[in-house]
Amino acid sequence: MSATWNILAAIVLLSFSGVPACLMPRRSAAGQRIATLLMVAGSLLGLSGVAASLGGANSPLVQVPWGLPCGRFAVMVDPLSALFLGLVFVVPALGSVYGLDYWRQSQHPATSRRLGLFYGLLAGSMAMVLVARDGVLFLVAWEVMAIAAYFAATVEDDDPAVRRAGWIYLVATHAGTMCLIAMFALWRHATGSFGLEPAQAMPVAVAGTLFVLAVTGFGFKAGLMPLHVWLPGAHAAAPSHVSAVMSGVMLKMGVYGIMRMTALLPVAPVWWGGLLLTAGAVTGVAGIAFAIGQQDLKRLLAYSSIENIGIITMGLGLALIGRSLGRPDWVALGMGAALLHVWNHGLFKPLLFLGAGAILHSTHTRELDRLGGMGARMPVVMVFFVIGAVAICGLPPLNGFVGEWLLYLGLFRTLGQGAEAGFPAAAAVAVALAMIGAMAVACFVKLIGTVFLGTARSDAVDRAQDPPPSMVAPMLALAGACVFLGLFPSFAIPAVENATRTWAALANSASISIAAIAPLGWISALGLALVALVGIFALISRIAFPTDTTARAVTWDCGYARPSKRMQYSGSSLGKSLVDLFAALLRPTSHQPVIHGLFPNSATFKSVVTDTVLDGMVLPLFRSAGRFLPRFRVLQQAQVQTYVLYVVAIVIVLLGVGAMGGQP
Amino acid sequence: MSTILIHLLLLLSMPPLLAGVINKTKAWFGGRVGPPLFQSYYDLAKLARKRMVLSTTTTWVFRIGPVVTLATVLMAGLLVPMGRFDAPIAFTGDLIFFAYLLGLARFFTTAAALDTGSSFEGMGAAREVTFACLSEPAVFFALLVLAKVSGSLTLTGMLHGPAGGFSAATAAPLILVAIGLFVVLLAENCRIPVDDPSTHLELTMIHEVMVLDHSGPLLGVILYAAALKLFIFGALLLHVVAPFQTGLSWADWSLFVGEMIALAVAIGVVESVMARLLMRRVTYLLTGAMLFCGFGFLLLVR
Repeated sequence: MSATWNILAAIVLLSFSGVPACLMPRRSAAGQRIATLLMVAGSLLGLSGVAASLGGANSPLVQVPWGLPCGRFAVMVDPLSALFLGLVFVVPALGSVYGLDYWRQSQHPATSRRLGLFYGLLAGSMAMVLVARDGVLFLVAWEVMAIAAYFAATVEDDDPAVRRAGWIYLVATHAGTMCLIAMFALWRHATGSFGLEPAQAMPVAVAGTLFVLAVTGFGFKAGLMPLHVWLPGAHAAAPSHVSAVMSGVMLKMGVYGIMRMTALLPVAPVWWGGLLLTAGAVTGVAGIAFAIGQQDLKRLLAYSSIENIGIITMGLGLALIGRSLGRPDWVALGMGAALLHVWNHGLFKPLLFLGAGAILHSTHTRELDRLGGMGARMPVVMVFFVIGAVAICGLPPLNGFVGEWLLYLGLFRTLGQGAEAGFPAAAAVAVALAMIGAMAVACFVKLIGTVFLGTARSDAVDRAQDPPPSMVAPMLALAGACVFLGLFPSFAIPAVENATRTWAALANSASISIAAIAPLGWISALGLALVALVGIFALISRIAFPTDTTARAVTWDCGYARPSKRMQYSGSSLGKSLVDLFAALLRPTSHQPVIHGLFPNSATFKSVVTDTVLDGMVLPLFRSAGRFLPRFRVLQQAQVQTYVLYVVAIVIVLLGVGAMGGQP
Repeated sequence: MSTILIHLLLLLSMPPLLAGVINKTKAWFGGRVGPPLFQSYYDLAKLARKRMVLSTTTTWVFRIGPVVTLATVLMAGLLVPMGRFDAPIAFTGDLIFFAYLLGLARFFTTAAALDTGSSFEGMGAAREVTFACLSEPAVFFALLVLAKVSGSLTLTGMLHGPAGGFSAATAAPLILVAIGLFVVLLAENCRIPVDDPSTHLELTMIHEVMVLDHSGPLLGVILYAAALKLFIFGALLLHVVAPFQTGLSWADWSLFVGEMIALAVAIGVVESVMARLLMRRVTYLLTGAMLFCGFGFLLLVR
């Protein structure tokens, strides 16, 4: 059995993993266990199929006849798909183990079976998207993925906020799909088939249109600004392991789509890469700025996903510029950074979402300013959360650093050394990346500080404690992977190089070698040295001053007689100075209390950062459309006969057009 | 080998002296005698012998903060060349590792501050991370200029400049970058006009307020790491403002030490003749530094 068949079998297992549970009684836990078992088994089977392709081999093309009049069932795995497939076969399985206790069947009898069904379907359809080698098959898998994600994310649909988030998601994803349908139609027109094979020459204008359609259509899924509108709400509304899969894996399907289409298109003018670099920088800076303004734990993480998509897009943009100008080193570093960051973000963001889920599970609040002091109550989750936060800030010695480091190296190389021609406009993007890095530190220090450190801000956290082992184990696995990839990045480089070669298709793509231009050995050595140094210092401090015998006192309160826990610096005040700095973009609204008289009543102060694009542009647009468009309801008669009449009329018009224009 | 030994010796022993020089300069301006030149060493020795008191709200983050800061700053110190001598560790892309090491230090310093649950320390942490968002882009503009001028992607290579020395055409960008970097040095090391290291009002501090609750040896570690950081930034800046060399090994080391002391005097002069800026004006100052470095970059690549 070939690797492709292994993966197809895995897709079937994943997709239908939730079905047995639907045939079982509502309160029986067996169905959920079977689903998890099927997810894990399918993922292992899939990983075995992926292994060969990661090494650089293309698995054989498998074609199965199907009954549809257009398109083919053609699937194949190449190193680029394999890299993304790896993520699909790791994160959802871990999330499913986590879900055993997080969304226990006995506690959620009404929703658990539905969640299991669509969770599995989401994982399976994502894998299908990655292996599809035909436009129609791709679109079908894409749409199944979008719908499965909708149903998985909105299981708590008795909550109006969840319904609203789901509705926005549904509109956004279909706006994206519309662009993709247009793109594949144009693709068929330009190449003569729906097959996703590298295209030969095509007019520059057609290629450019295809590129813009791909960036827009896939950008909706990936969350490029300003197409990100669905992302924060949907991630906040979904159960945490679904958020983990959506953020860690599903967003990457958008990235994969852009990568796949740019690999297939023949010509690449420089403005393509420039567009992606700019879009990436804007997405990154704006994403993390919005993240800093959030007061909801999961919305903050969702905005930070947007930022990371920005970083990935910057890498892809650099690689595209390198391909246009024939510079294999820019391609290697840009694409290497993008692909590595796809994996890195696919590890630490699910880790953070699972950690957030553990907090939500035991405190029932996502509001930062109601949390605090969780470190003393959930020490294990805190360790994992800190690992995830350090990694996502791109700090050494964890994996986030390696990807950003490659990207910096690539951007610095565009300066042009000596006689080489450069592209300094791209180098300036390094400054945006530096700003993103500093803002990420601000954002995650705020998050860690408000949630885990200090003292509790409300009684919501009183009974919080570390989650059971089935929720800890997936976090352990993800955190371990973050540490491992940070300390030994060379391990991942061959697979990334193979995928880069598949993508680049330069005349000299064999010469693409990341290891030759980026001294990863030093990163490993210094990372290990740093860990050792911190370890030694910490050990000395621990031996010299054992925690239990060291004197204790209250925090310095400046002599104030009655400090209260509500007097701590809150999450919103921590972010305030940065929010003010970006006020033009974030448009924070605050409600100032009015105080007058000698003995004023108690007053409240409220400040909130809403999504400028969604609440400031999209929703007003939709509202005005809602006033204007109902006029067309006269066409909508709700009578089948009328609709058939429309169809006949349009076909006749098309026949007429065809007869006049030649080709029908 | 001897270069590495001298590098380590200077890196480990000289930083506290800078604080002494700065304080002496300020005292001279104020017409006072001031504390002895080696006061910082005495302070460190005193703190090392003290007991430690921990706040009841703190976790391991509070204790690991100073430790991580010291480790990262030490490692960063191994990447920056002193004078005309090469740094002990140099590899392609070490400049980014350097910048992100300091980011790691910032992460844990501010997290340790928040661990106490005190509003003052929260304020300090918020200011620290906010100002970093403006100084980091300035640093990277400066690094881009230096990388372009020298054609090298290692700190040692780019700070030493091209083989023939800096040309006249690069003078203007380098001057702009030097101004920007000096402001960043003042901001990152919490000197006037950004922060007042000798202030006694918690509300107005940045760095000092973040470490209010650290005591004894941990406080000593923090003070030592802060001195190290100033020393490292100084060594970095000296390459841009004073790229002189004699060719003799002992003379070049003495030159470096002399230049470093002169820099400390310069910082002392700035602190004596200026007042601390309003907190909201600091962002303008740092934006200015970023623009200086940015215009340097534009001049170079135009």
